[in-house]
Amino acid sequence: MKIKNYVLVLMAFVGISSCAQDKNPVNTNHDFEMVVPELTNPWGFVFLPDNSMLINEKEGKIIHFKEGKKTGVEGVPEVYNRGQGGLLDIVLHPNYKENGWIYLTYASSDGEDEGGNTALMRAKLENNVLVNKEVLYKATPNTTKGQHFGSRIVFDNNGYLYFTIGDRGDRDINPQDITRDGGKVYRLHDDGSIPEDNPFINDPKAKKAIYSYGHRNPQGMVLHPITGEVWTHEHGPRGGDEINIIKKAANYGWPVISYGINYVGTKFTDITEKEGMEQPLHYWDPSIAPSGMAFITSDNYPGWKGDLLVGSLKFLYVDKVVLKEGKVVKEERLLDGLGRVRSINQGPDGFIYVGIENKGIVKILPKNKGKK
Amino acid sequence: MIAVVAFLSLLLSCKTTPQQTLELKESIARGAGVYENFCMNCHMPNGEGITNAFPPLAKADYLMNKRRESIKAVKYGLSGEITVNGVTYNSSMAALGLSDHEVADVMNYVLNSWGNDDGKIVTPAEVSKIEP
Repeated sequence: MKIKNYVLVLMAFVGISSCAQDKNPVNTNHDFEMVVPELTNPWGFVFLPDNSMLINEKEGKIIHFKEGKKTGVEGVPEVYNRGQGGLLDIVLHPNYKENGWIYLTYASSDGEDEGGNTALMRAKLENNVLVNKEVLYKATPNTTKGQHFGSRIVFDNNGYLYFTIGDRGDRDINPQDITRDGGKVYRLHDDGSIPEDNPFINDPKAKKAIYSYGHRNPQGMVLHPITGEVWTHEHGPRGGDEINIIKKAANYGWPVISYGINYVGTKFTDITEKEGMEQPLHYWDPSIAPSGMAFITSDNYPGWKGDLLVGSLKFLYVDKVVLKEGKVVKEERLLDGLGRVRSINQGPDGFIYVGIENKGIVKILPKNKGKK
Repeated sequence: MIAVVAFLSLLLSCKTTPQQTLELKESIARGAGVYENFCMNCHMPNGEGITNAFPPLAKADYLMNKRRESIKAVKYGLSGEITVNGVTYNSSMAALGLSDHEVADVMNYVLNSWGNDDGKIVTPAEVSKIEP
């Protein structure tokens, strides 16, 4: 134990003094072009069938970007723009062409208590106005804490809607308690109703929308293109960011088990594993502060098909993660140093689009070495 | 062992100085919570920032010499070029949504931590007078 403590203190020192840059090598085999310039914090964005884009700016604006022009969408719900809260993710219903439903997450101060918590809404877009707005979920209680709203949304291949809420800065109260919101992955039907086979449906006190728990702050969620599983990543404490595959009723362990330590270098747990709690598929030490997540499924980037992309807010790059037999075998930096990466999507053209804070949305291009 | 000693001395350097008034001390204590909640992710636990991305607050000339601009940045956000300890930063910090009280508390915390020793209290009244 003494040796362990010494190592910990040493690690804390190294972390503090060096700002803990990671060692992932820079990939130089790509370029980029600016697609949507001058954005502040493009927290989420989505492509409409006409290839135009809807872009969520965290401060509470939706931008419709069509043929090089930005138009503000009206009727956006009022957001609680404080700390990490604001207007967050945006996705389309899998049958959007037929039903027109758009799904949004945002920090909302609806309710009696002061502060805010994460809400999920669906709405339709008509003449650039959000109409038919329905709040499908609003987490409680509100709190003035600025952290951990989570908030990615994904539909799986069976039409279930998943979304995440972070622990809202109450790590010792929320994540391990299924009667409370926060620190959870939720699953709903597309109309907000609760699926009959949700894991805690028969627990009278539980929040019945919960699908998995023990999360800290998942700001990345995506469907695996082959297995159809829901993959998430989450911000851990220092040295404990994780990738997880979400399983029904599973407990991902926060804050009982973790590979991280407090930001200030102190410890909050001695254990990294425990029976009944899931191990991450991967953890990052040092933390990269992950946000945004996408698999490359197109053939646009030779040799990259199947790779996972994860944005790094902290180290200002896109982490290209190579997976082999369910393990991370290699990581490389794309767009190194361009800015805080907030959101990532593969567009309908098969190219990767990346939302970067205080910059905009850029498109990653392969380098055509052979043609010159 | 050198590392441990250096680390401990770093920790000790965070201690508050004795001449602070009770009002300032209490504000600094509240400000520590605001800092952890809203600022630490980028400016780091000891105000060291991340070179070229997020400017430091610890022993930062900008913070210590430009009181009004610093309060304004915390209250309304900041974008564009600034120079901190000789390094140019050209990025942006969004408005955090803090109350005047919280702005005063967190300013008092950063002005009096990690070797910073301003001592002159920032009050909510002072914050309220600062226009965008």
